[in-house]
Amino acid sequence: MTTQIHSGLLHREPPIFELSSPGRTGHALPPSEALDAEDLPQAFLRRQAPLLPELSEVEVVRHFVRLSQWNHCIEAGMYPLGSCTMKYNPKINDAMSALAGFTAVHPLQEDEHLQGSLELLFQLEGLLCRVSGFHSVTLQPSAGANGEFTGLALIKKAIDVRGEGARRRKVLIPDTAHGTNPASVVLNGFEPVPIVTGPEGVLLPDAVRPHLNDELAAIMVTNPNTLGIFESHLKEIAGLVHGAGGYVYMDGANFNAIMGKVRPADLGVDTMHFNLHKTFSTPHGGGGPGAGPVGCTAELAPYLPVPRVLRTNEGRYRLITEQPNTIGRVHPFFGNFAILVRAFTYMLENGGAGLSRVTEMAVLNANYVRSLLKDTLAVSVDVDTLHEVVFTDRDLKKETHVSTMDVAKRLLDFGFHPPTVYFPLIVPGAFMVEPTETESRVELENFVETVKAIVQEARTDPDKVTSAPHRTGVGRLDETTAARKRILRWTPAQP
Amino acid sequence: MRYLPHSPQDIQHMLETIGVADVETLFRSIPRDQRTEHPDDSPGLPECQLRRYVEGLAARNKHFCVTLASAGAPFHAVPKAVDTIVSRSEFQTAYTPYQPEVSQGTLQAVFEFQTIVSELMGLDVANASMYDGASAVGEALLLALRAHKGKRSVVWVSEGLHPHARTVIDTMLHAFGDVTVRWLPLDEHTGATVLPAPVPADVAAIAVGYPNFLGVIEDVAAVAAAARAAGALSVVSVTDPSHLGILASPGALGADIAVGEGMGLAGTAGMGGPGLGLMAVRDEYVKQMPGRIVGQTVDNRGNTGYVLTLATREQHIRREKATSNICSNQALVALAFNVHLSLLGPSGLRDMATLSRNRAMELRRGLLEIPGVRPLVTGPVMNEFALVFPRDAAGLRARMADNGILFGVPLARFCPERPAWREAILLAATETACRDDIAHTILLAKDFYREGK
Repeated sequence: MTTQIHSGLLHREPPIFELSSPGRTGHALPPSEALDAEDLPQAFLRRQAPLLPELSEVEVVRHFVRLSQWNHCIEAGMYPLGSCTMKYNPKINDAMSALAGFTAVHPLQEDEHLQGSLELLFQLEGLLCRVSGFHSVTLQPSAGANGEFTGLALIKKAIDVRGEGARRRKVLIPDTAHGTNPASVVLNGFEPVPIVTGPEGVLLPDAVRPHLNDELAAIMVTNPNTLGIFESHLKEIAGLVHGAGGYVYMDGANFNAIMGKVRPADLGVDTMHFNLHKTFSTPHGGGGPGAGPVGCTAELAPYLPVPRVLRTNEGRYRLITEQPNTIGRVHPFFGNFAILVRAFTYMLENGGAGLSRVTEMAVLNANYVRSLLKDTLAVSVDVDTLHEVVFTDRDLKKETHVSTMDVAKRLLDFGFHPPTVYFPLIVPGAFMVEPTETESRVELENFVETVKAIVQEARTDPDKVTSAPHRTGVGRLDETTAARKRILRWTPAQP
Repeated sequence: MRYLPHSPQDIQHMLETIGVADVETLFRSIPRDQRTEHPDDSPGLPECQLRRYVEGLAARNKHFCVTLASAGAPFHAVPKAVDTIVSRSEFQTAYTPYQPEVSQGTLQAVFEFQTIVSELMGLDVANASMYDGASAVGEALLLALRAHKGKRSVVWVSEGLHPHARTVIDTMLHAFGDVTVRWLPLDEHTGATVLPAPVPADVAAIAVGYPNFLGVIEDVAAVAAAARAAGALSVVSVTDPSHLGILASPGALGADIAVGEGMGLAGTAGMGGPGLGLMAVRDEYVKQMPGRIVGQTVDNRGNTGYVLTLATREQHIRREKATSNICSNQALVALAFNVHLSLLGPSGLRDMATLSRNRAMELRRGLLEIPGVRPLVTGPVMNEFALVFPRDAAGLRARMADNGILFGVPLARFCPERPAWREAILLAATETACRDDIAHTILLAKDFYREGK
């Protein structure tokens, strides 16, 4: 196999299976033994070995290091994906989560033998309660969407307990919502009902009023919403929804915008999920693992998933696995524990004061980008925004035929990961920038100058923009062919 | 604060550019009466104190030198190289690969992961991962209900699935509504799932553990055949994919959907996670599959490349009509699994499974020499098994703990009302235990019961 060089030292790697050569191995197990096959029926044994690569450790490590070099990451540069809060991931968090005292313990050891882990879970629940105002928190959900499922399940349980399960099935969802919201509603056997955001980008009580009846289960609101705008009527809307016997779910994806400023529980929110992989700096891992803890009011707390961690009067920690009204479990054992350790470390390092400052700088950064770019790209709704700002390609496309996607792809040529594009769905050609607090003024200015240069280029040399990216390792990829041809695994070439 | 790169001069300049007097003004869109009155202004901890505190917590967990327990969290020997790869910034601090031109590393790794999972499971297509093995079973059952387009509303699930998984499935399916879960009991003698015959025509899926919670290797071929004859889908939940170095793949035994928990091979089983849900299906069900899927394609320069594909199944496109709400999954854990399996290769995987089973059989035989010790059930096992001890199983476990040995998990913890389980312990061995560890454990057990006479 000859190596293809893309440019400089960037290696084009074949699928690992093509590097394989019989007889090599990279493991360090004790010497092979014959299988003790007593009582094992022959019919249960594997006849054909799985097609795994045969490689030494050196070759495996090189393969994956080379693959890694084809990725952009937050540690290499700005990653301003709106709604994703791609902030720097502190290194101390990783060190604490890798402590052998946490990683080498079996989850079913006796409570007495897990006191450190249980105390950590108990304290983290407390920190999340403090910053949100909720009565209780569960740390089990694996990710934001899993948290949505869990919070809605608490609401469903409360409605069932009241004996109204058959009737109250409607969940109101504003048109700015993330796609997971309606999907989570359906997984709870509820029916999503879309409602329209007002002209100023916020939900108005009048949009909710027609739905205030005994079929209303809940409203599900992201606050600040996906336009980066604070839902200033949420408190009033929560009152209306409660008055009609419904509950308020808040999607906490954008919690980075309000720490120390607003506590969701004070707005009348009944339950909310946190995204620890957004607000609380845990790494996203190229698509997880994240963690989506759920906070709730005292009314919903009896329905939280088990196990619950209890602190005894003697200062010991104990697991409660039986609760009469619990929704059950949403995860085996304790959720994505290693992620929880990272978030806990981050919250301790910041303290309450530090978290408020995080929010302030995140909002400052987003507004700085907005003020520098607002004459270059149209802002979707011209009202105050917090941690992110959504631009639209409306004017640009009319003038040049260059779209948001083209600008996004051209940004890659200059070393920037593009913002979130084409979301929220209500904004044509949305270009949604969330810089987060960990970008410097200089980095923001570089980003802005690059966007301005691309918009200028769209006027002078539009083909250059629409055919971008030019400098990345691969060019624009054909997604239609991928969906049509469906090559979803490697297969050996036919001889 | 070290993570905030703002000098006072920067802040001043930025505020002037924005045209506001101070940072507070940036929050004017929040009505006064909704603001937190007394925000928490507690200070943070410097790194040295932070370390001391968190390390102190970690030290308060008891560390066992030898772990003879799995019960859903199998401990395997994962080489350091795995951690080195997954700790790389480029993998660890990237987002979901929405911009494929700068995410080929993640995308190709997922493509390789899908290949490995489909090979292990013996099925056509795998996805990029689910949260954990438990929710993967729940998702598989929902898939089966969709595949029947709502015409079948009953699922049969073996009581031999992990008790936590059973509760997760119950929570998921109860929430979903319009579905009846019938729990299939285990035969008291053999420990295998009792499958009533014939399977009625309203059953959408039958799910079993492989091996089940008591360690018994279920007759998957028989379950798959019974399901197929009734037009239902068979769902096989692989307890520890390392077993597939020896045991026949679910696909070869006729399964339609295979799921599993991969955290043991990924090295994240400590404290039970992050988990790694595996899922593979026959090709005809790919459009009903939940989660991310990566496909191979070409770019506009003729290069091979990889993208997220079949997105019309997913929540960000289909919203309430999506196959699932899953978005973030367990990508980095899947990468660890991928790297580890690549290091093992076919011979390493077989060796790992063989060593695990051989140590477990030594342990089992040695303990059964003690008068009064008997197997809880008689079915064939892989590397996990339940034994009933003549008395004071708790005392025995405490003695083992004093000697640094985690001696299984008491079954009574999961089902205190079953008298047969009162003195039963669920034990397992993997390649992390050596022959001497096993011999020492057996000696300690023999001594314990000899003393007590």
